[in-house]
Order: sequence, then structure tokens, then C-alpha cells
Amino acid sequence: MSTEKQTDTPMVEVRNVHKRFGDLEVLKGINLTVNRGKIISIIGPSGSGKSTLLRSVNHLEVIDEGAILLDGVQVNRPDMKGLAFERHINNIRQNMGMVFQHFNLFPHLSTIDNVTLAPRKLKGMDKKTARDLGMEQLERVGLAEKADVFPNWLSGGQKQRVAIARALAMKPKVMLFDEATSALDPELVEEVNRVMRSLADEHMTMLIVTHEMGFARDVSDWALFMDGGVVVEECTPDKLFSNPDQERTRNFLQKHLGNNH
Amino acid sequence: MRGWGVVRENNNSNQGKAMDFNLMVEVTPLLIRAAWVTIDISSRAIFFGFFVACGLVFLQTFRFGPIRWFARGYISVIRGTPYFVQLLLVFYGGPSIGLRLDPLTCGVVVGAFNIGAYMSEAIRGSIESVDKGQSEAARSLGFGKIRTMGYIVLPQAASLMIRSVGVLAIVLVKNSSLVSIISVVELTYQAQRLIGSTYKPLEIFTISALMYIIIVYAVMGIIELAYRRATRYTTQ
Repeated sequence: MSTEKQTDTPMVEVRNVHKRFGDLEVLKGINLTVNRGKIISIIGPSGSGKSTLLRSVNHLEVIDEGAILLDGVQVNRPDMKGLAFERHINNIRQNMGMVFQHFNLFPHLSTIDNVTLAPRKLKGMDKKTARDLGMEQLERVGLAEKADVFPNWLSGGQKQRVAIARALAMKPKVMLFDEATSALDPELVEEVNRVMRSLADEHMTMLIVTHEMGFARDVSDWALFMDGGVVVEECTPDKLFSNPDQERTRNFLQKHLGNNH
Repeated sequence: MRGWGVVRENNNSNQGKAMDFNLMVEVTPLLIRAAWVTIDISSRAIFFGFFVACGLVFLQTFRFGPIRWFARGYISVIRGTPYFVQLLLVFYGGPSIGLRLDPLTCGVVVGAFNIGAYMSEAIRGSIESVDKGQSEAARSLGFGKIRTMGYIVLPQAASLMIRSVGVLAIVLVKNSSLVSIISVVELTYQAQRLIGSTYKPLEIFTISALMYIIIVYAVMGIIELAYRRATRYTTQ
């Protein structure tokens, strides 16, 4: 665990999480802590379980064992059923911003409506206040001039930046990035990375699943290498990327550094 | 061919012509009036059928098995039997169980329950074909299941279902000719009645066919406009 970081309070805690898809166990007892204002990156080959882990934090995947906590509140509640759990998870999710690989913008809503729908409907914000908030978030990602454009008229990089603004509009306690740049053309990756860097500068708590080794090394406070449903190694990004302890980590990096700068 | 002879004797101006155009002009107003009945029963059946369809889609979301099975079973029966038989069964079989409907109502009701079954499948299909990422994104923002459906999935499903529901509407308009069998005075019944008195099947069925074409293509045009309008933001 990230011992030298424990002066801070934990924002996300993952405790001994197991997840199975049928006979296949994709998460085999994962432990992880993201402290307030810190950025943790998870790298690893596809199928390693890193995306499943991130989705589990948002309860998009239901874990079979273990516990996930957000700011001290347990996210998964096997003891709760039906509507009570619905209410619980909807409240929890309002505090987490999730960014998907394929953006998942709402194509029938304009950019600004994509950003303001949740604040208006879930927080009861009036139109004017929501629009101001939405414009503020769009400015943050550099897309204020696209407010009234529909998502299909945007480039991939712009779509992802709008998706980030949409998540930010709920003022989340933590941002979860699930391979946010993997679906982008190489020349569009940087504009999304720039936005994520600016969030890092604002001390947003972030949990990032990525294939961008250089980016992970630059922005993260802590880095994890996952393979086969376990955390193989975790340490500072500098150490993980330059001098990892584990053979599996070294092999993975060797294969990937060729593709990454 | 006795009919031809009769008309030739009565109408000298048309001697030697393959088609009796004067007669066609004469019967057209009567057929137009009957075409309105076709449009009326079809549009009412489509309107009520939409609610039947929504009900069937809703019933299939129940966790309680028998409710789901009822809906599935109903859809299977409707899809597995001819519309014609359904019509005869309700109109002639209905009274024995106390279900007495006048022909027009029967046409609308059977039409609605028939198209409802097909439409429910089209609606369900279009809901299911909305990308799963859409509801995941909505859920991750904190929207519950119902609001995710209402704000995100259904608006997108609606534009996807326009064309498939439109095809069903066209089939229903054409099938509405079958209600002539229970003596609803719609386009086909009126055509048969006029043929009974004029013995001119070629002329009269040609006009009624043209009228079906006009109705069907008008429906197609409306569907296409609605579809373009619904997808104007989502297609580049």
C-alpha cells in the first residue's frame, strides 16, 4: 500500500475485491487506496482486469467479494436491496465522475445539455444557473464555443473533453478515467491529456486506467501494474517505469515502450 | 365477361375501349369517401395499437414470470395466426362469449391488438439497440433506471423505431382491406359493392389500387420526414 501517502485521508478504498464472470475470476483480491488530491494510474495488458476494477468502483460491475469505499462510505452494499440500494448508489455516483473509452456522449442532446442534464435533473438546478455552470465546465476543457453543437459534429478529442466537462459539472470527489484516450487518433490524444493535466494541477483526485505510459509517468503520484487479476507491482511512477522489481512488469513495459514515445 | 356487354350497350361513347373512363370518373368520389374510412380505421388502430404495444413492452419488464409469459404468449399467438382469422374469430366468435362489436369497432380493435403485438417487438428492439454505453454514462452520473430510460434511452430509441413502426403501419393500411369481410364500408368493400352494380372490376379495382398507393406513399412520406427530423442531430 502507499505508505508514504497515508498522511492524507483516503478518498477511494478498494479492499480485497474479487470479481468473477462465470468461471473466470477477473479480479483476485485487489487492494488499492487513492488519497484525497492524489492521482493513481493503473497500467497492464488488456484482460488484466484494470477496466473491470475501475468500473467496479462506479458499481457498473457488481463485485462478488470485498468492499469499495468512497470518502468513507461503502459503495457496494450487499445488505441493501431494490429501491433502497438504487437510491444509495445513485447518490454515491453523483460524487464520482466517470470518463469512458468511447465517450458515451448523449447524441440527442447539444453539448451544453450533455453537461447540464445531470445538474438540472439530479440537483434541481434551474436552467440559468445550470447553463452558467455548464459554460464554466466547457471553458475548463476549452470548448465553450461548441456549447450549442451536437456531439456528432465534434472530433473524438472534443467529444472526450465534453465528456470530462459533463462529469466535472457534478462536482465529483473523484474522477475515474477508463482508457480515456484509447479510442482516439494519435494526434487527438494530447488535447485530452492536457485537460487531464490541468485537473491534476487543481488537485482533483483521479484514478486512471491507461495505455499512455508517458502520460501516466508524468501525472501520477502512484502507479500500479496489473496482470491476471492481481496487482503485480505498485510504486512511484518513476520507479515503475524505469526500474520495476517484477519480471512481468519489465516484460510488459519492454513490449509497450516501443509504441509509446 | 357478361359485364362488358352490358356496359357497351348502355354507354356507346366507350365502345371499343379497353377501359370505361367515364365510369371511373363517376365512381371516384364514392371510392374517395370509402378511402377516408380506410384511413380512419387504420389511423385509429395504429393510435390504440401504440398503447397496446407500450403495455406489452412494459409487461415484459416484470420480474414476475407469469406476467412476462402472458405478454410473450400473446405476441406469439398474434404473430402466428393470420390477421384475417383474428378478424373472423373476434367478429363471429366474439358474440358467443358476450363480445358483440359493430363492424367498424371490431376492425379498429382487432387492428389495434394485431399491430400492437408487432409494434411491441419493434419498440423493444429499438430500445435494446441503443448503445449500452449510453445508459452506463447516465447511470454513472447518478440517474436511476427510470430517468435513464426517460431522458437517455427512450428519446434515442424513438428515432430508431420510426422506420420499423412505419413499415408496420403500412402493412396495417393494406391489411385493412380485409375488414371488408365483416362489411365495414371501407375502400375494398365499397369497390366490391360498386362492381356488383356495374360489373366493371378492372376499372374499379384499378382506382381503389391507386388510392391504396396514394395512402401508402403518403404514410411513407410522413415516416421519412419524421425520421429525418428525429435524426437531424445525430447524422452527419
